[in-house]
Amino acid sequence: MTKNPLWEVFVRPRRGLSHTHVGSLHAADAQLALRNARDLYTRREEGVSIWVVPAAEITASSPQEKDAFFDPAADKIYRHPTFYEMPEGAEHI
Amino acid sequence: MPEEPGAQSLLDQVAEAERQLIEAAGRGRPDADAEAYFDAVIAADQKIEPRDAMPEAYRKTLIRQIAQHAHSEIIGMQPEGNWITRAPSLARKAILLAKVQDEAGHGLYLYAAAETLGADREDLYAQLLSGRQKYSSIFNYPTVTWADVGAIGWLVDGAAIVNQVPLCRCSYGPYARAMIRVCKEESFHQRQGFQSLYVLARGTEKQRAMAQDAIDRWWYPSLAMFGPPDADSKHTAQSMEWKIKRYSNDELRQKFVDMTVQQAEVLGLTLPDENLQWNEERGHYDYTQPDYDELMQVIKGDGPCNRQRMANRREAVESGTWVSEAAAAYAAKQDTRQEAMA
Repeated sequence: MTKNPLWEVFVRPRRGLSHTHVGSLHAADAQLALRNARDLYTRREEGVSIWVVPAAEITASSPQEKDAFFDPAADKIYRHPTFYEMPEGAEHI
Repeated sequence: MPEEPGAQSLLDQVAEAERQLIEAAGRGRPDADAEAYFDAVIAADQKIEPRDAMPEAYRKTLIRQIAQHAHSEIIGMQPEGNWITRAPSLARKAILLAKVQDEAGHGLYLYAAAETLGADREDLYAQLLSGRQKYSSIFNYPTVTWADVGAIGWLVDGAAIVNQVPLCRCSYGPYARAMIRVCKEESFHQRQGFQSLYVLARGTEKQRAMAQDAIDRWWYPSLAMFGPPDADSKHTAQSMEWKIKRYSNDELRQKFVDMTVQQAEVLGLTLPDENLQWNEERGHYDYTQPDYDELMQVIKGDGPCNRQRMANRREAVESGTWVSEAAAAYAAKQDTRQEAMA
């Protein structure tokens, strides 16, 4: 393990919104990462909740595998409600 | 406080860049094989992201530029930090503390952006300490009076913003996103500097003279921040082709002069250049170029404060080693305990 591992920081800006990735930082442990993230990313009331995750724990998809990975979404257009034509007269659907 | 012209429009440009960033993300990705992919993304004004294929030279030049930008934020804490304990009022002291805290934050955002390119922060830091990587020439000038803190905010941060706003539209996504955050915060710095000089300019005769003296000393070093003239700038052409840079050094310098002349009038202070005058034909102000020989000398390590800045930085790293070792040892102990409990 390196002395000062990398952490990814997620901030939830307000009640009711989701956590959004805002950046990363180095810190010796999770508590220090949390405190530094508080100072670094919420100095101007940017958020009410912070998650820090060791960067090493994150697995990312790669742009090279985008075809195999994301194509199934493109040929399943029946997943969208707009795919279905409604007959005249059907209300509230 | 008067609304200083120029600053609002720069903030608007940051907002516009943020809008374009979101819009670019919405555009369809150009489909092409791996080699043509990079060119297609750049041509479509799309953003390159960390895991995309990119030319090795693009990666290298970005690491160099972002790292040196980060180093500048870190070293830049020293000239202003010099006045924290001597700020003339509690309000000014609190503002200065917040500003220096921001500079540290900017350094961290930028190191994080550089790391997405595969660089390691510790390694970049080592290159700064060994002098293999540079930081902005401006931070090698001393802050000798309180007014210098105002002049740095107005002129130095002002020049930095003019330089950085176009970087909000840089082709490398993580850098562009970091610059949007930085520019929004930097606008606070520029305004506090301007306002602080504005107060001095309307104070006693001594305060006014102090403000004018600070501007006289910081004007040309601020102009030199934009780098050597276009003819001598070795990275510009390639960087503009890759849409890392959007404007040349001279274009940005001119833009800064045009903005600043009007702001100086509002301050009621003068810029130390007898040749400064409006050129109707060009639609710009003519001005005296800074001394580029001096700039090269400062960049090479021979400015007024280069040795002091680096010595302070080295001292902080060396005397802080036992603290980071303690933090690492404590983190390791916590890990062992958690594993034992699991």
